Amino acid sequence: MNINRPHISVQNLNVSYGSQQALMDITVDIPDKQITAIIGPSGCGKTTLLRCFNRLIDLNDGVNVSGTVLVDGINIYNKKSIDPCYIRQKMGLLSQKPFPLPMSIYDNVAYGPRIHKRYAKKEMDGLVEKYLMMVGLWSEVKNRLKSPASKLSAGQQQRLCLARGLAVEPEILLADEPTSALDPISAQHIEKTFMELKKNYTIVVVTHILRQARRLADYIIFLYMGELIEHGPAEVILNEPKEQKTKAYIKGEIS
Amino acid sequence: MRLSLRKIEENIFKVLMIMATVAVVGSLLVVFMVVLLKGAPAISLSMITSVPQAGYYLGKGGGILNAIVGSLYLAFGATILALILALPVALYLQRDYIGKSNFVRVVRLSLDVLWGIPSIVYGVFGFVIMLYLGIRACLLGGIFVLALLELPIMIRAMDEVIKMVPQELKEASYATGANRLETTLRVVLKQVSPGIVSAVILAFGRGIGDAASILFTAGYTDRLPHSLLDPVASLPLAVFFQIGTPFPEVQQRAYASALVLLVIVLALSIISRIIAKRYTRYVIR
Amino acid sequence: MAISNSVKHKQPNTRFRWLKDLIASRLMLGTTIFASLLVVLIAVGLLQKSLPILSLKPLNDLIFSSSWYPQKGQFGFWPFIVGTFAVTGVAMVFAIPLCILTSIYLAEYAPNWVRNAVKPAVDLLAGIPSVVYGLCGILVIIPVVRDFAAIFGTTTNGYNILTGGIVLAIMVFPVIISISEEVIRNVPHGMREVPVALGSTRWQATKLVVMRGALPGIIAAIILGFGRAFGETMAVIMVVGNVAKIPSSIFDPAYPLPALIANNYGEMMSIPLYDSALLFAALILLIIVFLFNLGASYILIKVESNYAA
Repeated sequence: MNINRPHISVQNLNVSYGSQQALMDITVDIPDKQITAIIGPSGCGKTTLLRCFNRLIDLNDGVNVSGTVLVDGINIYNKKSIDPCYIRQKMGLLSQKPFPLPMSIYDNVAYGPRIHKRYAKKEMDGLVEKYLMMVGLWSEVKNRLKSPASKLSAGQQQRLCLARGLAVEPEILLADEPTSALDPISAQHIEKTFMELKKNYTIVVVTHILRQARRLADYIIFLYMGELIEHGPAEVILNEPKEQKTKAYIKGEIS
Repeated sequence: MRLSLRKIEENIFKVLMIMATVAVVGSLLVVFMVVLLKGAPAISLSMITSVPQAGYYLGKGGGILNAIVGSLYLAFGATILALILALPVALYLQRDYIGKSNFVRVVRLSLDVLWGIPSIVYGVFGFVIMLYLGIRACLLGGIFVLALLELPIMIRAMDEVIKMVPQELKEASYATGANRLETTLRVVLKQVSPGIVSAVILAFGRGIGDAASILFTAGYTDRLPHSLLDPVASLPLAVFFQIGTPFPEVQQRAYASALVLLVIVLALSIISRIIAKRYTRYVIR
Repeated sequence: MAISNSVKHKQPNTRFRWLKDLIASRLMLGTTIFASLLVVLIAVGLLQKSLPILSLKPLNDLIFSSSWYPQKGQFGFWPFIVGTFAVTGVAMVFAIPLCILTSIYLAEYAPNWVRNAVKPAVDLLAGIPSVVYGLCGILVIIPVVRDFAAIFGTTTNGYNILTGGIVLAIMVFPVIISISEEVIRNVPHGMREVPVALGSTRWQATKLVVMRGALPGIIAAIILGFGRAFGETMAVIMVVGNVAKIPSSIFDPAYPLPALIANNYGEMMSIPLYDSALLFAALILLIIVFLFNLGASYILIKVESNYAA
């Protein structure tokens, strides 16, 4: 299945932790400005694949990565000429468990922008407001922007982390099981935000909740034990998968 | 039958355990009581605000201000010096910096050994260095040796809190495009700041109370120090030198010094606990 | 597209940030190397200063001879070595049972409020300066020991090994208790619940937990305490008598190595070889304490790795 102008293009990606192979020869494209869901049973390598996109995998010990990951045509694993900090700015990350930074709500959102550029106070205020509104948090926190982020509820913290990720003005959003630690209402909120964000951002979501993939995904990638089994538009994969394993997973026989 | 024997054994040990705990806590209380009872009558405004006058050691007038001020200079100087060295080392021990090779093991081993060195060995070493450099016992010498003493204590205490920063927190920072230095300064330090302050206070308390290391290196004097190269009095040595005299007035000053020292240590301990609780406002659990 | 800008250091801002990180990490590496070399520096320094006496007298003589007459050039360290072990030994005789019992109580039996009150108290004990302990030794323990000796028919002025041992014991309480208590608490719950489920009393289960599960850690704690007591100077010097003879009973005075060094540094330079001898004493102290700490650390690391598995 060919996609025109994929935002991310993975070619022959192999990842191993020591002697254990986590990803085997993955070749797949991520479409631009759509929500792509990476699904598969636990331990199949979904998170590893996601971490390869923003080179967060570099932080793991003893990890071996070979192959190419092209973002807008440029191989981000070309260690000599690519600075991972810049790549990471181009991608926002939302982890499974919300991890607000140990500072105020305002400073959490302002953290990323401040690293990359100096801002005047008014400009920064505007930025913080813009992104908090984008994630639907503004009305809840506008009166206590300077209070610690740790005091927010889990759902609010996750939205804050999303705002923090958006504030560096990325082009791609990576989300690793973003709602699994949240209550249903907060989860719904995040999903709604994703649907709105996809107009302007390419979103890659790792999820083990099939129904979530059904709700959100435009494109689906199915991994099993480190191998790419099948990928394609969501309706095709969910309703008429070609591979046996995909069928079994969709039906719920393997998890 | 056997069950009741077992029960008797259990009850005997229960009593023994409680007695042991009482003995341990009791010894703490005895120490406090003794110092308080002996020291309180000796404390007066003049005692803590005047330096020894002529004939001091024969029982004439004066106080322990020289020791109080000297101890504070020594401890502050040493703690600041140790802090400047300890913080970079403790931060470097993070996996992000030092990696996983044998180098880590060697470093940690040598820091562990440093932690266990008796303070008299530091004193002797400092004395040897000072002889070599031709410096006589003075404030500077005391500061250097105390800093040596405090360094491993501070590094260890800081390392304990820095180790506990969750990897995911650091990754959250990296994911926004921050580099190692920015993550360390803006996120890690914020997260561990109460622990760092506790570590510094802990080391300060240890430094101000130590006598063996400054015995040869800081000297002793009746006057307040006016420069780094002047000898300086200290509270622990004030106790040590003055407890052995036959003059009760001089002994009083030993008790007063002991009480001041104890009060300082107690206050530091309490402050450290308060800071640990208060400053965790922003810290992520 | 925008990504092409990420080509390394094309943006001046990124290069500057990267440079700052590099400089900072180099500085940190430098301080770390310096801190690690300090041990070596100290050991080498002491060794170098001990060489004069080591080259003049056979090691056997130095360590095992009992004649200590520096003016005559005789430096037999045996009385001091014996003295140090004697005082430390007495301290451990008091400390070990008290600390183990207290640790078991705090870890297994004490109600929460007791634990929350006692643990800070024990930590406080660790912070008390050693001269204060010495002071209390003089004021409280010495009279008690004097009277105690009278019961045995011996007379002593109170400045002896027993007094030194008691004071040292109190000083090592915090070290042994804090580690032992934590080790006992870390023993997995199964070890406590299984015997009780099979019919043992609480105490029997505790014995099992302590003896099988926590023993290595407790031994490590004791070794660390021993090391701490061995090197302790001020409190001991004030109460132990400082007489350079091999003690024959706990009511005799002794002269531990740290006390020897502390008392005589003033005369170091006036008698030939005296400074070298005292620095050799410091070296002996360093080596013994180092070996103890090494042993304890090794045990503790093995214990930790067993539980991580």
